[in-house]
Amino acid sequence: MFKNTLGGKGRIVGSAVIVLLFLFPLFLPRFYIYLISIILLTGLLATSLNLPLGYGGIFQFHHAVFYGVGAYAAALMITKSGLSPWVGFVVGPFAAAFLSLIMGLICIRLSKLYFGMLQISLGSLVWIIVYRWYSFTGGDNGIHGIPVPEIISSQNNAYYFTLLVTLLSLWALYKIINSPFGSALQGIRDNPVRSGMIGINVKLHQLMVLVIAGFFAGVAGSLFIVVDTAVFPDMLFWTLSLEVLIMCLLGGWFTFLGPMLGAAVIISLRTFVSGFTDYWTLPLGILMMLVIFFLPNGILGYIQDKLYGKIAEQAEAVEQTDLAQPAVKES
Amino acid sequence: MDLIYTIFSPKLMSQIFVGLSRTVILFIVASGLSLILGVLRIPNIWHGSLYMVGAFMTFTISGAIGGGSLGFWMALFLAPLGVAFVSLIAERSFFQHLYEREHIMLLLLTFAFSLVFGDLVKMVWGMEYKSVPVPRVFQGSVHLFGGLPFPLYNVFLLGIGPIVAVALWLIVNKTKIGKISRAAAVDREMVGAVGINVSWVFAFVFMIGCLLAGLGGALVAPTVNVSLGMDHTLIMEAFLIVIIGGLGNIWGALLGALIFGLAQSLGILIWPQFGIVFPYAAVIVVLLLRPTGLLKSTW
Repeated sequence: MFKNTLGGKGRIVGSAVIVLLFLFPLFLPRFYIYLISIILLTGLLATSLNLPLGYGGIFQFHHAVFYGVGAYAAALMITKSGLSPWVGFVVGPFAAAFLSLIMGLICIRLSKLYFGMLQISLGSLVWIIVYRWYSFTGGDNGIHGIPVPEIISSQNNAYYFTLLVTLLSLWALYKIINSPFGSALQGIRDNPVRSGMIGINVKLHQLMVLVIAGFFAGVAGSLFIVVDTAVFPDMLFWTLSLEVLIMCLLGGWFTFLGPMLGAAVIISLRTFVSGFTDYWTLPLGILMMLVIFFLPNGILGYIQDKLYGKIAEQAEAVEQTDLAQPAVKES
Repeated sequence: MDLIYTIFSPKLMSQIFVGLSRTVILFIVASGLSLILGVLRIPNIWHGSLYMVGAFMTFTISGAIGGGSLGFWMALFLAPLGVAFVSLIAERSFFQHLYEREHIMLLLLTFAFSLVFGDLVKMVWGMEYKSVPVPRVFQGSVHLFGGLPFPLYNVFLLGIGPIVAVALWLIVNKTKIGKISRAAAVDREMVGAVGINVSWVFAFVFMIGCLLAGLGGALVAPTVNVSLGMDHTLIMEAFLIVIIGGLGNIWGALLGALIFGLAQSLGILIWPQFGIVFPYAAVIVVLLLRPTGLLKSTW
C-alpha cells in the first residue's frame, strides 16, 4: 500500500515507519505514546470514512455516529453484561455495522447531498438518545473507568494492541479497495449510470461499502476504549464527523494513506496549539480554508501529482475523451 | 363543553402556544437556510453561527443604547443588518470562488467559517451567559383560556412569524430580483446568457438568507440565555426542518418548523425526559414516508 502512494521507494519507507512505530514505546515519553495511539485510531476512523467518501463517492456526512455507537456498544457490553471485555470489543464493531446497515437502508434511496443530510438527521437522533438516556448511557457524562482486559491495560500494551489492530484493519481495507469489489465501487463513483448498465448492482455495492465503513469505524471506537477507558456523547456529535472529513480532505481523499496522514497532522497540531492558547477551532478553521482553496487534493494528492504528474495528465486526457458525454442529471 | 376542556386542557394549549413561538424562530432561521440551499446549493453550516452572532449583537447594541425599549428596537433592526454585512463580505471574498466545485467543498468551507466564528465570538463576548432584557412594552403576560399565563413577548413573536413569511414570499415571487434568483436556481448559465450578473444575484440571495439568521438570533435573544454553543443545536434543527419541508421551499420550511416546534413542546408534555427526541422521531417518520420532503423541492 505504501508503494502505490509513495512510489518505488515507498515499500522501504513504509517498513521503516512500521518498525519505528513498534519501537516508539522504548524511548518516547508516556504522553507521546498516548498521542500516537489516538492518532492511529482516529486515522483508522478517517480511513474507514474515506472508503465510502473518496472511493465510493457517497456523501457520508455523519461518520462519527458509527464510531460513537461502536464505542458505546463495547462499553455497555463490558460494564453491564459481566461477560469478558473481549466480547465487548467484538460486539462494538458489529453493532456499528448493524446501525450502518439500518441507516444505509433508509438513506440509500437518496443521492448526494440529500443522502448526507438525511444521514446527519438520523445520526442526530442517535446522538440525542445517547445524550439523554442517563440511566443507560450515562447521559452527557458518558461512561468512565471501563475495565479492559489485564493484558492490554498497561499503556504500552494498549499502544501495541491499537497499533496491531490498526495495521490489520488498514491491510483489510486496502485489500477491499483493490479487490474487484473496490474497482466496481470506484466505477460507481465515476459513473453510476454506466456501472448499472454493465450489470453492477449499484445500491447493493453502496450499501455494502457503508456497512464495511461502519464496521471499521466501530473498530476505531472500541480501540478508543482500550486507550482512554472512557466514552462520551461528543464522540457521536456531528462536529466530529466534519472534523474527520477535514482529515480526509487534508491528507488527500483519493489516496489510501491520506486520511491517516491528515489525522496525524490535525491531532498533532491540536496538541501543539493547545499548549499556547485556548482557541483551537479558529486555527482549525483557517487551516481548512487554506486546504480548500490551495490543496484541494490534499497533501498526499499533491505529492502524487508531483511524482506522477505526467502519467496523471495522460490518464486524465484519456478519461476526458472517454467521458465526453452529456452528464446524466442526478435527481 | 367538559369534553372540550379535557381534550384541550389549559396545559396543552399553553404548550401549543410555546411550541408555536418556538416555531417562529425556527422558521425564520430555516427559511434563510432553505433560500440559500435552494438558489446557491450551499448547505450553510455557518448559518447557526450567524444566528448566534445576531443574538450577541442584540445584547451589545441594546446594552449600548441603555437597555430600554429603544435599545431593543434598534438592536432588532441593526443586528440582522450587521450579520448580513458580514455575510456579504464572506460571500464576495470566499464563497463565490467555489460555486463550480463539489457541494462537499462548500459544506466544509461553511463549516470552516462556523469554526472560526465560534472562536471569534468567544474572543469578543467571552464565555459567560448573556441575557437581553425583554422590552418594556412586552413585559408581563396575557392569560389564555384556563388562566395560564403566556408571556406577551411570545405573542409578539407569533405576530412576527407571518409577517416574515409573507414578506419573504413577496420578495421571492413578486420582485424582479426574486424572480431572477428563482430562475438562476434552475439554470444559472441561461440567466447569465440573457445579460444578468448572476454573481451579484447570488450574493444578494446569500445576504438575505444570512439576514434571516441574524433576525432569528435577535428575536430569540430576550427569551433565552445568549451563550456559546447555541449555534450547534440550532443549525441541526434548521437543517432537519429544511429537509422535511423540501429543499429550497419556503412554505416547506414553515411546515417543517411547525412540525418540529410542536413535536418538541408536546413531546415534553408526554415524556419530559425524552421530549427532545420527539421532533427527531417526527423527522424520521416524515422522511420514511416522503424521502425528499413534504413539499416540492426546488432542486
